[in-house]
Amino acid sequence: MLVDIQNLRVSFATRTGTFEAVRGVSFQIGTEKLGIVGESGSGKSLTARALMRLLPQNARITADRLSFDGVDILKADERAMRGLRGKRAGFILQDPKYSLNPVMTIGRQVAESWRQHKGGSRKEALEAAVDLLDQVRIRDPRRVCDLYPHEVSGGMGQRVMIAMMLAPDPALLIADEPTSALDATVQAEILRLMEDLVSKRGMGLILISHDLPLVSHFCDRVAVMYSGRVMEELSAGTLAQAKHPYTKGLLNCLPSLTHPKPRLPVLSRDAAWLQS
Amino acid sequence: MIEVEQLRVRFGDNEVVKGVSLNVPAGGSFGIVGESGSGKSTVLRALSGLNGAWTGRIAIDGESVGPRRDKAFFRKVQMVFQDPYGSLHPRQTIDRILSEPLLVHGMDNIERRIETVLAEVALPNAVRFRYPHQLSGGQRQRVAIARALIAEPEVLLLDEPTSALDVSVQAEILNLLADLRERRNLTYILVSHNLAVVSHLCPTVGVMLGGQMVEVISAEDLRAGKTQHPHTSELRALSVDLEEPA
Amino acid sequence: MSASFSRAWLLDETPASRSQAAWGRRYRAWLDLRSNPLAMIGLVVVVAFVLLSLAAPLLATHDPGVQDLTNRLAKPSAAHWFGTDELGRDIYSRILYGGRVTLGMVIAVVVLVAPLGLAVGCVAGYAGGTVDRILMRVTDVFLAFPRLILALAFVAALKPGVESAVLAIALTAWPPYARLARAETMTVRNSDFVAACRLTGAPAGRIVLRHIAPLCVPSLIVRITLDMSSIIITAASLGFLGMGAQPPSPEWGAMIATAKRFIFEQWWVPTIPGLAIFMASLAFNFLGDGLRDVLDPKQR
Repeated sequence: MLVDIQNLRVSFATRTGTFEAVRGVSFQIGTEKLGIVGESGSGKSLTARALMRLLPQNARITADRLSFDGVDILKADERAMRGLRGKRAGFILQDPKYSLNPVMTIGRQVAESWRQHKGGSRKEALEAAVDLLDQVRIRDPRRVCDLYPHEVSGGMGQRVMIAMMLAPDPALLIADEPTSALDATVQAEILRLMEDLVSKRGMGLILISHDLPLVSHFCDRVAVMYSGRVMEELSAGTLAQAKHPYTKGLLNCLPSLTHPKPRLPVLSRDAAWLQS
Repeated sequence: MIEVEQLRVRFGDNEVVKGVSLNVPAGGSFGIVGESGSGKSTVLRALSGLNGAWTGRIAIDGESVGPRRDKAFFRKVQMVFQDPYGSLHPRQTIDRILSEPLLVHGMDNIERRIETVLAEVALPNAVRFRYPHQLSGGQRQRVAIARALIAEPEVLLLDEPTSALDVSVQAEILNLLADLRERRNLTYILVSHNLAVVSHLCPTVGVMLGGQMVEVISAEDLRAGKTQHPHTSELRALSVDLEEPA
Repeated sequence: MSASFSRAWLLDETPASRSQAAWGRRYRAWLDLRSNPLAMIGLVVVVAFVLLSLAAPLLATHDPGVQDLTNRLAKPSAAHWFGTDELGRDIYSRILYGGRVTLGMVIAVVVLVAPLGLAVGCVAGYAGGTVDRILMRVTDVFLAFPRLILALAFVAALKPGVESAVLAIALTAWPPYARLARAETMTVRNSDFVAACRLTGAPAGRIVLRHIAPLCVPSLIVRITLDMSSIIITAASLGFLGMGAQPPSPEWGAMIATAKRFIFEQWWVPTIPGLAIFMASLAFNFLGDGLRDVLDPKQR
């Protein structure tokens, strides 16, 4: 099992007391694609960040089990964590604009990240970078190598991010809303690309998103989170048969092009969902 | 109500809107879809008077307007922005934000008007003296809509009003906008990248690509797939494809 | 005001009136500031200095101007807590009265400088274009002069004294505030909430005054508090060079200046006003750092 999470809790100390943002999340991932879907504040990003211990100082993590690639994340020291982050697990964030270094060419950034993990000469690294950019289906990768991040589109930037993350051959890719800043046409391309690469390389993927139908197209399983808990976990193909009222509500309240509704059903939340 | 003819907007050497024409009757609702960089938001900003560097003709209520607008124009036309976190002054209470348009236009009955408009956008009176950061995203967008409505405009320009919101909140806001239009007989122009959202609220949809409006199509034809332009077909196919769960 | 200022009333998440909302926000800022010990030390020292200066006539043991040549350069003792200076004047009393002059100069400078810098910066930042270019070039001209030299030249052109020193320092102190206010204005001028404000039909003056300037004030306050120490030091330097407060007026800088030749034999004579300057400057710096954490919107 690549990732094993049992009863994960993340809480923050605030002026008025402690606030529990993740309340007992459990799931396991092998070489498969898991989508975590939820609205803002559902704790979906925190769950993934807790796995890499990328949380703010005032966060407190507890879990019955939290392991990645055989390493106990709760007990690992900071050095071991650095070995995991970037090397064994790649992290792709929403907006490539903020994740790429604006004063370094794309080729150098990808080459640097390759060299950091694999060593070798500058020339080798550059060749590897070109190869990586080619793998993320950038046409004319040699030309793109010489461009700066502001000279490429958002979709291209996200491809570059993916290429950088793939450099050390990670076992897991965590993508936190990787396409919400992109146009619909580009969005589909990027997700298809990620899906392909993950399957081809036999990696695990955690895709975090607020878009339930979208995620179901690119994942094997979907976990629906609400208020720090997993409401329902189901295989992507069976989304239409979702049982939990929250999942159903999320699907129903979307406006639809093909099935117009005069009025959108509003999601009513039930306090009972948070019991047990 | 709104007539636009051959609208062109230029930023430096770069023409981002290349001759857009549209016509929205009073009480109508017109949607503009397109990808980022298609010029859809630029059209809206030129209409609203935020961007004065345009050529062509814009007429509201039969009256041509120039690059600079007077107070009477702003009584008639209001706008709701995409990001409810950025469109409210971070250091003003909701009360202050809502009273500002009333003070500018010298309107009376400030207390009563604020109470009425808060009720109209279904916000409890308790939020009145809170600051924006104490509200949720959906509540903020309701405040932004209340601010746009408080001076009783006839036209509402909506720039991606739900794209920064959760889907459950999006449904609430879309319902609210539909109700308000009916109740106040408002005229809407809605800009969005989401075909489903646009076709839900607007019976007529304009598709923009590279600064041009390549197709104006009724929502029914769009649903039925009777598209003319390949870009419209592409957007529709994607939307239909991703809309249904796998 | 019907409700009392109770803690619950101040921390109420759903205030019932404009004033309750405003007081609640101030109270939260105060709680934040109170949790920062260095800032509180700074605040206590600053307030203490101001109170001591205000109460100088009550607290002083001697008249600060009365000379006693038989008892000059006396060591600190029960009669003269901080000793006496080269003319036999009581240093403790002179420090108290000197606080009035020095801190008074600082406050006068701030009152002159802050509104000017804020106005110039906000107008330049919001108007942009030619107005911005002209205002900023004027600012650059003032910024290009070495601060003390310009102040010296200015004081020399007028007659030396507290008023000219205040004017001179103000003249050289405003450009950084204008720059700061302009930078703050530039970050908000294209924001959606300013656009929304323009769409109400509000005139530019109202937007700047009621919506933009209040956003610039917090960072300006922080910057001013941090600058207080350098204003004190400039004021003291002018006094030291004989261009500020004139003897026998007890200004801290002037006190060091006249006593500098005794530093090896009667060290307390120049050291005590030096310590007063040091403590006041440090306190203002602590307070400024704390205020930055509380007020700066970018820190949240």
